[in-house]
Amino acid sequence: MQDYLNTIGRIFDIQKFSVHDGPGIRTIVFLKGCVLRCKWCCNPESQNYEIEQMTTAGKTKTVGRDVTVKEVMEEVLKDRVYFRRTGGGITLSGGESLCQPDFAVALLRAAKENGLSTAIESTAAAPIETIRKLLPYLDHYLMDIKHTNPEKHKEFTGRDNRLMLENARHLAKEARHLVIRVPVIPTFNDTVEEISAIAAYVSEIMPGGEIHLLPYHRLGSDKYKGLGREYKMEHISPPTDEHMEKLLETVKKFGLQGQIGG
Amino acid sequence: MAEFYIEEIKKSPRISRLVEHLFEKMPQIEADRAVLLTESYKNSEGKPVITRRAEAFEHILKNIPITIRPEELIVGSATKQPRSCQVFPEFSYQWLEDEFDTVETRTADPFYISEETKQTLREVYKYWKGRTTSELALEYMSEGTKTAMAHNIFTPGNYFYNGVGHVTVNYAEVLEIGFEGIMAKAKTELEGLSDGDADYAEKNAFLNAVIKSLEAACLYAERYALLAVEMAKAETDSKRKLELALIANNCANVPRKGAKSFYEACQSFWFVQMLLQTESSGHSISPGRFDQYMYPYYKKDLDEGKITREFAQELMDCIWVKLNDLNKVRDAASAEGFAGYSLFQNLIAGGQNTEGLDATNDLSFMCINATAHVSLPQPSFSVRIWNGTPHEFILRAAELTRMGLGLPAYYNDEVIIPALVSRGLTLEDARDYNIIGCVEPQKSGKTEGWHDAAFFNMCRPLELVFGNGKDFGVQVGPKTGEIKDFDTFDKFYSAYKTQMRKMIEYMVNANNSIDVAHAKRCPLPFLSSMVEDCIKRGTSVQQGGAVYNFTGPQGFGIANMADALYAIKTLVYEQKKYTLNQFADALRNNYGEEMPPVIATGLTTQIVKELALKGRALSKEEISDVYIKITKNQTPEDKKRFYDKLREDIEALPKFGNDNLEVDLFARDVAYTYTKPLQEFKNPRGGIFQAGLYPVSANVPLGAQTGATPDGRLAGTPVADGVSPAAGRDVNGPTASCNSVARLDHFIASNGTLFNMKFHPSALKGQSGLESFAALVCGYFEQKGMHMQFNVVSRETLLDAQKYPEKYKTLVVRVAGYSALFTTLSRSLQDDIINRTEQGGF
Repeated sequence: MQDYLNTIGRIFDIQKFSVHDGPGIRTIVFLKGCVLRCKWCCNPESQNYEIEQMTTAGKTKTVGRDVTVKEVMEEVLKDRVYFRRTGGGITLSGGESLCQPDFAVALLRAAKENGLSTAIESTAAAPIETIRKLLPYLDHYLMDIKHTNPEKHKEFTGRDNRLMLENARHLAKEARHLVIRVPVIPTFNDTVEEISAIAAYVSEIMPGGEIHLLPYHRLGSDKYKGLGREYKMEHISPPTDEHMEKLLETVKKFGLQGQIGG
Repeated sequence: MAEFYIEEIKKSPRISRLVEHLFEKMPQIEADRAVLLTESYKNSEGKPVITRRAEAFEHILKNIPITIRPEELIVGSATKQPRSCQVFPEFSYQWLEDEFDTVETRTADPFYISEETKQTLREVYKYWKGRTTSELALEYMSEGTKTAMAHNIFTPGNYFYNGVGHVTVNYAEVLEIGFEGIMAKAKTELEGLSDGDADYAEKNAFLNAVIKSLEAACLYAERYALLAVEMAKAETDSKRKLELALIANNCANVPRKGAKSFYEACQSFWFVQMLLQTESSGHSISPGRFDQYMYPYYKKDLDEGKITREFAQELMDCIWVKLNDLNKVRDAASAEGFAGYSLFQNLIAGGQNTEGLDATNDLSFMCINATAHVSLPQPSFSVRIWNGTPHEFILRAAELTRMGLGLPAYYNDEVIIPALVSRGLTLEDARDYNIIGCVEPQKSGKTEGWHDAAFFNMCRPLELVFGNGKDFGVQVGPKTGEIKDFDTFDKFYSAYKTQMRKMIEYMVNANNSIDVAHAKRCPLPFLSSMVEDCIKRGTSVQQGGAVYNFTGPQGFGIANMADALYAIKTLVYEQKKYTLNQFADALRNNYGEEMPPVIATGLTTQIVKELALKGRALSKEEISDVYIKITKNQTPEDKKRFYDKLREDIEALPKFGNDNLEVDLFARDVAYTYTKPLQEFKNPRGGIFQAGLYPVSANVPLGAQTGATPDGRLAGTPVADGVSPAAGRDVNGPTASCNSVARLDHFIASNGTLFNMKFHPSALKGQSGLESFAALVCGYFEQKGMHMQFNVVSRETLLDAQKYPEKYKTLVVRVAGYSALFTTLSRSLQDDIINRTEQGGF
C-alpha cells in the first residue's frame, strides 16, 4: 500500500449527500481544528483540535477521532455511483483543513487517484506555500472572505484578514477554480457597503468571478450549550430573503456571478 | 436522439371544475348493483356459474342508473354520486352489515349510507348467506391456517373479502378491434367446438358467457349514447350541446368497434376500466402502459391535424379525474391497511418496448402533465427507468416529485425485466411489463398474478420462537424448543426459520383456499375476455386461463427482523452481555412500558382462559382489573432501569439502513427467510408463489398487533414498511440508506419491493436539486434496487394538516405504493408518515 494512505488526521464528521458545497452530490469530510474563532460559527465543535465531549438532545458524544486517509476513503467511495452521475466527489471542510496540511493533501490525492472531483471549504488562513501543496489535487477552492476591514475581521473571528486576502489574490491565479463565499452575518458584514467592499476586492483579483452569499443561520446554537460554551450571537436573526436579494444585486453590479446559498 | 414535445401544455379550466364537483360531497354507498345482481342470481339458480355471472353482469348493465356529470368529456360512472361505490355481496357482506352504523364515522375511509340503502341491503343480504366466496374459502382452509390467521401472523383479507382485481387487461386489443372483434374470436372458438369434445360443456358455457358479457358492455355504452342525445336536446349552451353530440357519437361506436380517433380511444379505454370494476370489486385494476397503447391514435390524429395537443391533454386530464370517481368500501380493518380511498389503478409511462429500445414518447410527458394538472391520488402514477431513459424524462418526473404528491413512483427496468424472465416470462413479455397496484410487475393481458395476496408479518414468527410456538397460550406454530436450549445463534436462527416456513405454509393454504373459492363461485367472463389465453383455452382467468399465473403475498418487517436478530446475535451470543431469557422477559414486559390495547386484550384473554381451566371463573370486574393491570404494566424501578439499559445497548448497535456492509448482508439473509421458502409453493392455477416485500399501509395496523421486538421496538408501534429501514434509524443520509436497501436481493422478490423515502422540499430546490435527486434514483437503480417512492412535504406542513384538516382537503401524500389524501388517513398512519426519516440536502 502507498504510504500516503496511512497518513493520520483528525476529523469530527463525514456527511454524505451534500448538495450545496461544490458541484453534484458530495461527501464532506470535516477536519477538526481551526485558526479562527468566528462568533457565528455553526460548527463550534470544529474549532479545537483536541477531542472533546458534546451533549446534544440529552446525549453526550465524543467529538473527534483519528483516522487514516485509507479509512476515510473507504467511507467516501461508498457513494461513488452518485458522484459519477453528478460530477460530485469529496469536499474537505472543517475547521480549517489547512491546519492539517499533510492529511488534507493526502486525502485530496487519494480522491484524485480514484477519479473523484475534489473541493475544499477554507478560509485560506495559512502560508501560501502550504496551500500550494494542495492545489495539484484540487478542483474547486471554496474560499471564505468575511470582511475587508482587518480590525472588524479580528474582532469577530479572532484574527485579522491580511494573509487571507493576499492568499485570495494568489488563488485567483493559481487555483483551478476559485469561488468566493461570504457568510452574511447581521451586525458583522451584512450592510450593502460591507458587501460592496468585498465584491470590489473580488472583482479586482478575479474579474467576472463567482461569489456565493451564504445567509447566516442558527443551526449551530444548541451545540454551544452542549460544549459548555457561550453563544455570542444569540441576539441576531437571519437576514431576510429580501435583504439577501438586495445584496445579490449589489455583487452583480461588480460584474460578478453571484448566487445565494452554495 | 429522440425528440419530445416537452413544453408545458396548459391545463384547461374545465379540469378544476370537474375536480371540485368530485369533492363536493362525502362518498356514499349505493345499492343498485347489489339489488340487480341478486335479482339475476335468484333467476339463474342451477345454471353453470359462468353463465350466472354473465347473466348477472348483463342484468346489471342493462338496468343500473347511468349519469353524465356536468362538463364531462369522458363518460361512464359506476355510481349516481361522484366518488361513491357499489357493493359486491357475492364476495362477502357480513362485515358491512355489521358496520352499517359505524362506516360513516370511522376514521379511515368513511362512507355515507342512507337508512333506505341499509334496509335494501339487509334484504339483499338474506340471499347471500352461505353463498359467498369468503364463506367457501373458509370451508376449504385447514385448522392450522385458521388458527394462524386468528393470531394475526398474516392476513389474506384482501381477496378473502373482495374480488381479486390486480390485473392489466389487453387494452390495446379492445382499442384496435373493439368488443365486436373479441366476440368474433370467441365465436370462432365456438364454431371449432365439436359436440363430442370432452371439454365441450365448460368451454361452450365459458365462450357464451364471454359473448354475453361483451354484448352487455356494448349495450351499456349505447345507453350513454342515448342519454347524451337526450341531454343534447335539452341543453341550451351551444358549446356543451356540441360536446354532448360528440359524446353520443363516441359511445355509439366504442367499445363495440375499434377506436377511430384518440377521443374514441380515450372513451373506449374508460369503459373497459370502469366496467372491470363493476364486474368485480377487485382493486388495482391498472391501466398500465397508457402512453404506449394510446400513442398510435394520438400520433395519427396529430399528424392528420385532427387534434390539438391541448385537446388531447384535456382528454387525458378528464380520464385522470374519472379514475378518482371510482371508489370502494372495505371493512374497517382492511380500510386501515389500504387507507385513503385508494383503488391503486397504476398507470405507468416510459421504459423499453418489446425489442428493448426506449419507448418514451410525447404521451409519456403528457401523463406527467395530467398528474400535475389533476393533483389527485389516482391514477397511481409510475415511471419506468432504465439505462437508456432520456434524461429530460427523469428530470420532468423529478419536477413532479417536487410537487409533493408522492407521485410518480420510480421502477427499475434493469431489475424487473430479468426478475420476470427468471419467473418464466419471455424476454419480450418481460420488457413490456407494467406495474399493478402498489409495486407489482406483470405482463399485461397475459397474467393472473394474484399480487397483493396477503400481508405476512415477519415479526410474529419471532414471537413464536420465544413462546416455543405458542401465542397468548395457544399453540400456533411448531414446537421449536425452549429458549434455554438455544446455546448457539445458529440454533436460535434456525428456530426462526422453522417458524417462518410453517407460517408461510399456512398462508399458502389460506391463499389457495381463497383462490379455489373464486374459481368456483366468481369466475369473471368479462375480464377473462381481455386476458390471453382464456378464449383459446375456453376457460376463465380464475380457473387458470391466463398465460402466466402467480400468487404474490407480501412480507414486511425485514428491517425490524434484521435489526432484532442482529441484536440477539451480538448481545447474547457474541458479547454475552445479556441472556436470551433476559430478552424474553424484556419483550414480554414491553421493556417496562405501557401495554397497548390489542396485546393487553390478548394477554387478558389468555389469563382468563387459563384460570377458567383451573376452575376459577373471573367476574366482569375482575377481568377488567386484570386488563387494567396489564395495560399499566407497573415495573419495579430496578427492573425498569435494566430494561432501559438493554434498550440503550440495542440502540447503540449498527442498524440496517446506514451503509454498513455486515448489517446489510445480514438483512439480505433475513429477507430470504421469507422469499426463499415461499417460491417452493404452487397455486391451483398452475403457477408458483413469488414474494413481494412491501406493506401497502398494513405495517401500521398490523404493528398494533405485534408485541415488542428485540430491535428495541415497543409493542403496538408500526413495523418497518417494505424494504425501507426502520423509521428514524437510517441516520447517515439518503445515499447510505439507498446503498443499504440495494444490498437486499430485489430479484427474488419478483412480486415487488417498496422503498419509501421522505425528503424535505428544500432538498429538491433548483435545477441542481433536481439533478441530484435524479442521480440518487439512478444510483440506487444502478446498484439493483427495484422501486423508489418519495414524500416531499415538510414535517411542519403535515403537523399543520393534522391540526387543521379543513385547510388541507386535497393534500396528497405517499403512503406505501400509492398516494392518498392525507386528511383521510387514520391518525396512527398519519403519525407513521410524519415519523419516517426525513432526508435533507446538507
